Amino acid sequence: MIAELGLAALWLAAALAVLQLVAGALALTPRGAGMAGVVRPVAMVQGVLALIAFAALILLFCQTDLSVKLVAMNSHSAKPFIYKLAGTWGNHEGSMLLWVTVMGLAGGFVALVERRLPEPTMLATLAGQAFVSIGFYVFLLFASNPFERLPQPVVEGQGLNPLLQDIGLAFHPPTLYLGYVGLSIAFSFAIGALVTREVGPAFARAMRPWVMGAWIFLTVGITAGSYWAYYELGWGGWWFWDPVENASLMPWLAATALLHSASVLAARNALRAWTVMLGVVAFSMSMVGTFLVRSGILTSVHAFAVDPKRGSFILALLAINIGGALILFALRAATVTEGERFTVTSRESALVFNNVMLSGALGIVLMGTLYPLLAEAFGAKVSVGPPYFNPMTALFALPMLVVMAIGPLLNWRRDRFARVRARLIVPALLAGAVLLWLGLSSGIGLLPLLGLGLAAGLVPASLMPLRGRNLRRTPLPVWGMVVAHLGVAVALFGMACDSAYTVERLVAVRIGDKTEVGPLTVTLKSIEPVAGPNWTALEGEMLAAYLGGEPVALRPQARSFWAPPQQTSESALLTRWNGQLYAVLGEQAQDGRWQLRLWWKPFVTMIWLGGLMIALGGVIALIGRVVSDLRRLIARDKIAYRRERQGR
Amino acid sequence: MSAIKAKHQRLVLVLIALAALIGAGLLAAWALRNQASYFYVPSEFAAKPPELGRAVRLGGMVEGGSLKTEADGVTIRFVVGDGKARVPVTFKGIVPDLFKEGSGVVAEGKLGPNGTFVADNLLAKHDEKYVPREMKDMTAAQVKQTVAETK
Amino acid sequence: MSDTAAKAPRWAIWLPLALFAGFFVLVMFGLLRPASHDVQSAMIGKPLPPFNLAPASADRPGLARTDFAGKPRLMNVFASWCVPCAAETPVLAELAKRGVEIDGIAIRDRPQDLALFLARNGNPYARIGADNVREVQLAIGSSGVPESFVIDGKGTIRYQHIGEIRPDQIDMILGKLAEAAK
Repeated sequence: MIAELGLAALWLAAALAVLQLVAGALALTPRGAGMAGVVRPVAMVQGVLALIAFAALILLFCQTDLSVKLVAMNSHSAKPFIYKLAGTWGNHEGSMLLWVTVMGLAGGFVALVERRLPEPTMLATLAGQAFVSIGFYVFLLFASNPFERLPQPVVEGQGLNPLLQDIGLAFHPPTLYLGYVGLSIAFSFAIGALVTREVGPAFARAMRPWVMGAWIFLTVGITAGSYWAYYELGWGGWWFWDPVENASLMPWLAATALLHSASVLAARNALRAWTVMLGVVAFSMSMVGTFLVRSGILTSVHAFAVDPKRGSFILALLAINIGGALILFALRAATVTEGERFTVTSRESALVFNNVMLSGALGIVLMGTLYPLLAEAFGAKVSVGPPYFNPMTALFALPMLVVMAIGPLLNWRRDRFARVRARLIVPALLAGAVLLWLGLSSGIGLLPLLGLGLAAGLVPASLMPLRGRNLRRTPLPVWGMVVAHLGVAVALFGMACDSAYTVERLVAVRIGDKTEVGPLTVTLKSIEPVAGPNWTALEGEMLAAYLGGEPVALRPQARSFWAPPQQTSESALLTRWNGQLYAVLGEQAQDGRWQLRLWWKPFVTMIWLGGLMIALGGVIALIGRVVSDLRRLIARDKIAYRRERQGR
Repeated sequence: MSAIKAKHQRLVLVLIALAALIGAGLLAAWALRNQASYFYVPSEFAAKPPELGRAVRLGGMVEGGSLKTEADGVTIRFVVGDGKARVPVTFKGIVPDLFKEGSGVVAEGKLGPNGTFVADNLLAKHDEKYVPREMKDMTAAQVKQTVAETK
Repeated sequence: MSDTAAKAPRWAIWLPLALFAGFFVLVMFGLLRPASHDVQSAMIGKPLPPFNLAPASADRPGLARTDFAGKPRLMNVFASWCVPCAAETPVLAELAKRGVEIDGIAIRDRPQDLALFLARNGNPYARIGADNVREVQLAIGSSGVPESFVIDGKGTIRYQHIGEIRPDQIDMILGKLAEAAK
């Protein structure tokens, strides 16, 4: 019954999306102007219906309704409740439903609150949003119906991949999806602006909070995903350049570029065509990334879970949406008038440099991700990993970070470098001193060395925009920028420390043996069996003492899940302010010794702390923008009210 | 500053941006050719071994009876075969959960000087979605226990 | 405002579209190419190892190495706890209807679950052996369920099919069986 209700809601939502597209398009013509009033309410109702469909699927998973194919394939009655819930989006159909739900809700929300744009642009935007949604609705309803029933209910479900049975991961995909799909708003705004030729500061100001919101979710999602991979995979690394990770990084790079170019457009009415282009590219990267992951053409180990028809369907959607948007762009970009001018030393130039470098990094990641596919076309099976990605992205990231230190200090339009030189002395000296000291004293690699030097300079440099300001009167968006840039410096410091100073020990030990790893002494105390709700495990207890201090207990596990049967290793972490001890329990050798893998990772937590600071900066800036928008609205209403009263 | 000069500066900026992006593309193409790690099966590996020290991947079946653990308790040796050729592999580390004799494996690493493949990572071939891996990764005692429960 | 001299060259406007077209062609190629990423069983072309499995179901005999003589047969590795296996049953029924003799190997199954599975989904199998410790499955180089093997009249493994057989693959399977009969 619930399944049928959900399906009905989904069909209705799809029908409303069609109405939204048709009404929106008609309303742009002189004869259809009467349709204009319909579009916004329809967009809101469509969002609500999509939400109802998604809620129905959640309910089915929570009840473990095994007559529904999707539930039978992905859930198990013995699973803890929270993972039953997470099972809703832990699969292809559910995640696609989440995708259209977020798209519908975002479109509905824009329809509800966005009043700054000219109405025709708004109508074109909502029609664009509906156009993209329709493709995904069709895909859901005809090629991956989440509500399909089994002819016969099964006795018991198949369960969820135990690796996914983790609280962090349970909420990771929705966070990322909010980011991916939130960018669809930027895409639709770009389409709307191109259709009505209204590319200007108003467009940038309207688009900016949406991009910012999506970008915050992406940042949090990527940071959380990286931490999940770090502690769950048991390999001690925090970024693997896996296609799935790249799929989330690419939209982030594009959205970061978009945020910066939108601020140029909003403040200075320059970079018009480029900003529109990025609006299209950012969401295109979301779709391309999702496609690459979902179609399975890249992750060959997943090859046989994939129905080739499904991949073709998504590819057709990509071709229509991205290809269509790019053709529209190419046709209209020539008529987008040139923006305001600026000189080479100006904040605009710094932001252009930032955009070029971010786009370059995006190109590097995209090429590296697609290269295996290209090589396969020529008959070679290859994989591309850190030896390519690390130096190549650093090549773009490091110069960009240098400019990040200078750019915020420059004036808009025209400036002289001599003016800001005084404020850059401290950061430059600090960076130079660290480079010289570390470069001469220890044999660390070039990239970590540059990273540490740059981080040392960036910390003071990112605070510089606050110098000479009254801190209480500094606008929130400036605070947001400072916090986010500081977060970049902190994350860079963590990354460089981790790659320069990590100590790894791989040993086979008996109970009672001591192992030294970095400043820590680790003693294996015991190995005991333990049981959880749907798993059993061998748990090692070890005591770790930092420089001979009070020992702290760590308990890594080797877990065996039974629905579906699979083993995972649960690493144990000891977090100190200056680093983490990372412990993994391996197998027992024939002679009774236990394999242990231990890492001492100085300041590794700074990576995720930095990531969260970047997101926090976004939140602060977003609050600042929303508050000032609200103030302006209220002021306008007051004026209108007064005029009305005077008029009487 | 005159308008013409500003216009020129802008053109210069655009051209620099385009040049940077095209340069990036060429650089990436070059780096990819050099850094991508090729996939070998044992017969290809035997016929045309990769250069010493180049990162490659080797995929095949772990031969039955070939898995040995060294005295340090963490280094293992085994043979990867595809029915036509056999390649000896060493690996220092904790093996993945699905790694066992008779199962498929992809080893990432380099060819060592003595003809042994030195793996720095092992990936057991698996698929979460479709293959419910039964007792594949349990110990003999666990297998006996589950079989007892099943009967 | 209207001068375009300082803008990017006109061709640059079409550049993104051209890049996307390149991406599209590349991915099309990747999708259309018959995907064979799987490490196939090293046992293809080799005779089955000797085995003798007890009956898994009350109404069908067990399965032994010696049963593979005469006509080529399809050996299906399955389990009642596997949803793709349930999805595959109509296809197996269709194959059986077309005269294919199908033997089953039930992997780590409970008799009552298996009986329920066969009652619900039909029973296309001539014989079903119970492989409770996966000895036969691993010996023939199968790593999951469902998998199907074409075994010729001499007991040689001729073809391994990983994953469920889809309806559009029936003719392909029949072709493999006909090939094995030669």
